[in-house]
Order: sequence, then C-alpha cells, then structure tokens
Amino acid sequence: MKNTISERIADFLKSYPPFNAMESKQLEQLSIEVTIIHKETNTVVFSQGESPHDNFYVVNKGAVALSKSGSSQILDICDEGDVFGLRPLLANESYKLEAKAYEETILYAIPIKDFKPLALENKRIGNFLIESFASNTGNPYSIKHRGKLYGDNIDSNQYSSDKMLDLQPIKYSTKLITCKEGTQVKTIANKMTKHNVGCMLVVREDLPVGIITDKDIRKKVATGLYPITASAQSIMSSPIITYPKGLTLAQSQMAMMKSDISHLVLTEDGTTDSKVAGILSKHDIMVAVGNNPAVLLRAIKRASKAKRLRSIRHGIMNLLQGYLEQNIPLGLVSKIISELNDASTKQVVKIALSKMEKEPPVKFTWLSMGSQGRGEQLLNTDQDNAIIFEDVPKENLEVTRSYFLKLGERISKMLNTIGFEYCPADMMASNLSWCHSLSEWKDVTRHWIHNPGPDEILLSSIFFDYNVTFGDKALADELSQSIFDSVQGYPLFFTHLASGALQNPSPSGFFRDFLVEQDGEHKDFFDLKLRALMPIIDAARVLILSHSIKSINNTAERYEKLAELEPNNKELYLACSYASKALLKFRTRQGLLHNDSGRYIALDKLNKEEKIKLKRTFKTVKEIQSLIEVRFQVKNLLR
Amino acid sequence: MWPFSKKKPLELPDFWRAYEEHFKEKLPEDIHENIFVVLDTETTGFSFTKDRMLCIGALKLKDNNIVVKDTFEVYIQQEHYDSESAEIHGILKKSKKNTISELEALKQFLVYVKSYILVGHHVMFDVNMINAALKRNGLPKLKNKTLDTESLYIRTLLISSVVQKKERYSLDDLAKKFSISRKDRHTALGDAFITAIAFLRTIEKLKPQKIKDLLR
Repeated sequence: MKNTISERIADFLKSYPPFNAMESKQLEQLSIEVTIIHKETNTVVFSQGESPHDNFYVVNKGAVALSKSGSSQILDICDEGDVFGLRPLLANESYKLEAKAYEETILYAIPIKDFKPLALENKRIGNFLIESFASNTGNPYSIKHRGKLYGDNIDSNQYSSDKMLDLQPIKYSTKLITCKEGTQVKTIANKMTKHNVGCMLVVREDLPVGIITDKDIRKKVATGLYPITASAQSIMSSPIITYPKGLTLAQSQMAMMKSDISHLVLTEDGTTDSKVAGILSKHDIMVAVGNNPAVLLRAIKRASKAKRLRSIRHGIMNLLQGYLEQNIPLGLVSKIISELNDASTKQVVKIALSKMEKEPPVKFTWLSMGSQGRGEQLLNTDQDNAIIFEDVPKENLEVTRSYFLKLGERISKMLNTIGFEYCPADMMASNLSWCHSLSEWKDVTRHWIHNPGPDEILLSSIFFDYNVTFGDKALADELSQSIFDSVQGYPLFFTHLASGALQNPSPSGFFRDFLVEQDGEHKDFFDLKLRALMPIIDAARVLILSHSIKSINNTAERYEKLAELEPNNKELYLACSYASKALLKFRTRQGLLHNDSGRYIALDKLNKEEKIKLKRTFKTVKEIQSLIEVRFQVKNLLR
Repeated sequence: MWPFSKKKPLELPDFWRAYEEHFKEKLPEDIHENIFVVLDTETTGFSFTKDRMLCIGALKLKDNNIVVKDTFEVYIQQEHYDSESAEIHGILKKSKKNTISELEALKQFLVYVKSYILVGHHVMFDVNMINAALKRNGLPKLKNKTLDTESLYIRTLLISSVVQKKERYSLDDLAKKFSISRKDRHTALGDAFITAIAFLRTIEKLKPQKIKDLLR
C-alpha cells in the first residue's frame, strides 16, 4: 500500500540514476520498503571492514563523506541523489571505505533484497551499475566514463586521491557560445565579454569549423593585422582538434600538452563531423585539480547556482586543510580564505539579485558582521549580516524595506545552502531589526552608544566589526563617521565596551588549570571561543575604536596597528597579535578535525605541546584585559 | 441507591484493554531505545465538540530511523462537514480515498501507538481531537506521554534578551528554519513527516541524555 511518504520518496528517486530507469510501478513498490534515516553530523553510516548491511543508501539531503578510516583525507562526497554502499552488497564483501555524515543528513536505506531482482531484470539498471563500479567513483553521473569491467580494480586501487581524480570524468561547460564564419570580430568580442568566456566556437550547421580565443584577438586584431570588422573566418584557428566527450582528467591534460592548446572541443563521437558536446578549457582542469586559490576564485565568480558554489566550497575547505598541514603562516591563510569566503558571499548576493523580480529601488550595502566582518572566518561558521539602504521618503520606506527584507531572506537562505549556518540569534538581514535605512541605522547605533546596557554593548560588539561585502561603500563610510561622532560625544561608551570585554569568563583557574564548561551540551569541554578568543577580540575592538580607526577589522591587524600607534605598549600588542593568530589556528585545526565550528575542545584529546601553547596565550589574554581595565577605568563603573 | 457510590467501571472493549496493557511496562530510559510516534490529524475545524477528524497520519521514529512501511494513514468517514476547511486539506467528503468509520480508525490507531511517546506540532490539539473522538465512542482518554515540537524548538533558541522570540512558531516556520521541503504540507502523514524531521533536528540541538530530560 503506497502512502504519502512513499510517494514522496518515489518522486525524489525518479530523477536520479539508476532509479530513473525504473518503471513508476516498480519504483512505487520499492519506495514502500525504504527506511528513512536521519544522521547527525559526523556519525558513521558504516565503517571500513564492517560486513555489509541489508540496505544500500541514497542521500536525500545533506552529504556523506567517504574515506579510508584513520585518514582525514576525504575521497568522495556523496551529495543529494548519490548512491553509495551498494557494491559490497552485490559483491558480498565487506565495506572498503568508511561513510560518515559530513553534515546533517537524511538517507534513504533501500533493502537490497527488493532492489536486486529489479536490477537483474532491468538491463539499463544493470548497465548503470557496471559502469559506475568500473569507473570506481561514487558519482552516478559517471556513465560517460567507460572504464574497466565490473569490479576488477578495487583491490589494486590504493585509493590515492590523485588516482581517483585522474580517473574521474571531467566536468566541461556545455553552454556553448558560438558564432558563424561571417560574424564580425567586434560582435564576437562583445559576446565573449558578455558571457565572460575566453573562447568562441565557430560553427557551420552545428558542426565545429574553428575556434577563436582571447589569444587570437590579441595576436591578430589588437596588433592591427586585421580590423575589428574582419570576419570570424579570417582570424579563427582551423582546423580544430576534437575529442570524444567522455574524457578523463588525465586524458585531457595529455591532449592539451600534446597539441599545446588551451581549449579542447568535445564532440559526440570525437570527430569534427559530429555535433559539439562542449568545450573544455585549461581552467576547467585546474578547477578539477582544485588546490589553487586563484582558480577557486574564478570558479566562484563564474558560478550561477548556489549548488555549484557549495561544491566549490568543499574545495576551499580542502585548500585550508592543505595550508594548515604545510604550516603556512596563518595571517596569509586567513587572508586567502576570507577573500574566498567574501567572494562566495558576493556571488550569492549577485545571484539573489538577478533572481529578484525588480532591480533594487535604491542603493544598498550588504554588511558582513562578526567573524566574517573581521576576516577571521576560516570555517563555515554562522552567518551574521545586515543591510543598509539609502534614505527614501517616508511614504516609500516600508515598500523599500520589504524589498530588501525579501532580498535578505533569499541571500541568507542561499548562504545556508552553501554551508553557512543560520545565525542562532537571528542577526541576519532577513530580520527586521538588521535591515534599516542609513538614517535609521544612525539612530540605532546612537541609541546603543548613549544607552550602553549589556544588550546594547553585545549588539554593538557584533555590529561594529562590519565590513562591506557588496554594494555601495559610501553608505557604510557615512555610518562609520556617524558612529565615531556619537562616540566622541559620549566617551563613557568605551568604559562600557571595555567592561563588556572583561565579562568573559576566565580561561584558567587558580592553579593555571583549564576551566571547562560545567553543564549543558558541552560539559567538560573547553570553550575556546568564549574563554580565549572573545576576550582578545573584544579588547582589540575597544582599543581600536578609541583611536577612531574603522578601516581595520582583523584582530591581528588591529593589534599590529595599535603597536604602531602606542610604541610603549608595543610588546604586549604584538604578543596579542600573535596570540589571536595562534588561537584562531587552533580553532580552525580543531574544527577541521571534527568538521564543526571548532569552538569546543576536548582537552583530553590535546597533546602536551598543544596544551602548553594554549596556556601561553592565556597569559597574554590576562595582560591585555588588565590594560583595558585600567585605561578605561572600568572599576569606576557601577555594575 | 447511594448517589455517591463509585461508578461502576465502564465495560471497555478488548482493544482498549490491550492498549492499556502496554502501559504496564516502563519506557526505556535511553532516547535511542525509545520509539516515538509522530502524528498529525487533519480536521474540519478547531472545535473539539463540533468538528471532526478527517484523517490521522502517524509514523514511528526509532533511533533516527523511519520505516516507511510502518506508517499509519487513515481517512475517516464524515457526517459533520465543513466546506471551508476541506479546501485547505483537499479532502472532500466523498473523495476516492478509502474511508473507515471513526471507531475503526481509533481502534487501529490505538493498536499502532501502544504506549509510545506521542510527538506532534501543537500536539495537544491533535491529542484533544482524538480524545474527543474517543469520548464520543464511550472510551477514556489517551494515556500516552506527549512532546510538543514547538516548545522543544523554543528550548533550542538562545536565552538572551537580544533575541526577540516570537510567541508562536508554526510548522511552516520550523520547516523553513530546517530547510525541509513543504511539498506535502496539509496531508496528515506529510505534516507528520515534516514534524518528525524537525523533531530530529531539534533533538540534535538539545542533546538530551535520557528520555526524562525531554519530558520535563
């Protein structure tokens, strides 16, 4: 008997292979047998060497990481619609890899005993299985890849990550930008600029006859050899070299090296007499190899869907891990990673804007706050953001606001899709109180400064680290100016802000032992963020604001600037700068290790060296706290 | 006869006694050993006396698993009928779905839920609706423990005066927050499924150790 839930499962499965090959009746029956499993982040679905379950799995929501146990190297990430854990069931062997929920995940467990007869009976399903096993990737779309026969390479394959990549079919762009032989160069250049591509295919009746790249235009047109009114035919490279579309990464690299070209034209059967299937550029190869920030940045700028950005972000995390393993200075790492984070956010805003029915009514600024605003967001932590829009006449205010609220909601939903959790305190531009016009923001911040209760201090400490991610910088500058003016007229605010910075609980006890959380979800864990990072960040903020400097948000950089401004305290400030970097690195390492925000640390998992390093930073924390306590006369404040 | 003497215990049918029998056993302490029945009812309206249930949908959650085959979905024959709410739920009085009598639906429901903890969004509404139906059929009230996903969700929110808590959180709010597809909204089993996922996500946030942490 089918029911609402089994219908929904069938509806989901039918768009993914191998289920798309099934008849709807069969799929309906299969769906009833499914068990839906909810997996929390980092819980194991099956472990390496475990004997096979009665089910194989399809990812409905979230992602599952496959890896060799004991190594942090992720071999494959299964996304929505991907099938995994099937081969051991058919081959009757134990699991070769460990599968772990990479984030909160919903799985459909499909019993093999119900699936097997269908697979045997249906030739298309059988073929799919053979092909996907042969290609040895978890990717159900690897049908394009033709490799060895069923199952003969699993044991010989060491699953080194390079091998995996080399065998993988490469993603190429199928959106073709083409022109005719007679098209003028000027038109071509305009079209290439508009679509942001580096090459254009020249076709005659859908068959490729030549290719024009940036290089051709530079060499043949810009040098004056041909006028911009010349035809495509006169400057194109021809005849062109074509390849079949099922190319793997290794093959395509070879092909480019062999002919010393930067673009491969892929056709249905590999000859110039069949239709063009797509174009593969050097850039695509570099994205596939994926450990180069410049490449990732370009990939981000080209992404037109949140889903694509999400997979690029997996690449960013890999990059981060590599950097930390190679011990590259954290100042540099955090610059690169926050640049990439910033670019992703920017791209998300762009995509969201293009999806709105109307253009924005007035200029606006998208602000990132908190850690992203400080350029310290290495892991995917919460999103904190806000919108400032230009002042509008009173009667238009609510209409304008509702536009930006809608935009904010869209953006924060998309950010959530690509991996930034919603802010638990709802400090997001989709919230009415974080989406204001410029003059409203001025009023709000002035209110915070003049009435510095604990809430206002908390709010300002989050908000005042804002950084412009997208839009008009002038609005933010004007707001900053207004904030400084208000603060100058009300210096007591610093005392309150400093007192707020001293509120955080101390990291170590009387005997220099770590103080851990007493109760709640994280009992007996050390709260790195609250007890060590926050005090140092808060202190930096109040000190730098008291010098009326707004353009520097990064904590380490703030201390460096302070060292410059106050030579007599130089040593302490430099120590703080170092400590903030060390703590951030610590947090990032922990976060990568456990695939979370890295905020809570299990002390028994640390080695002696790490503990000593951590404790050394505490000393600096205490010193900077006593400095601001004295400077801003916090003691005089009645609490 | 002495008017205040104890009422003669009602003659209760066998299926009720079988249902009561399950409560002799204590619930397991560990969350993961407990079975939760997540339920939702579609009704003709909000009055416990005037309105009737159109449909009951429920599913069982055990250790984060939902077995699709072991779900519960019944449509109930109607006498009382309100054209306004039928528009929301799309259940017409004489729809093609197989309907059963109210008593039969209750009987099957009791067999299904046993003594498991009931979970629902605004669960007391559903429970009261079922209790009203039980009363109409001369039966006592449900004895199961209940958990409301709205109040559980509120417990996950930060305790800070900065966060403006809303008074109420609808199932739609939760679905949005946890990005759950709202495709089958307003079918009893579809809503139960959304509630179940929201429940799981909430539990992950709260991380209760024992079942009594939830039931407090």
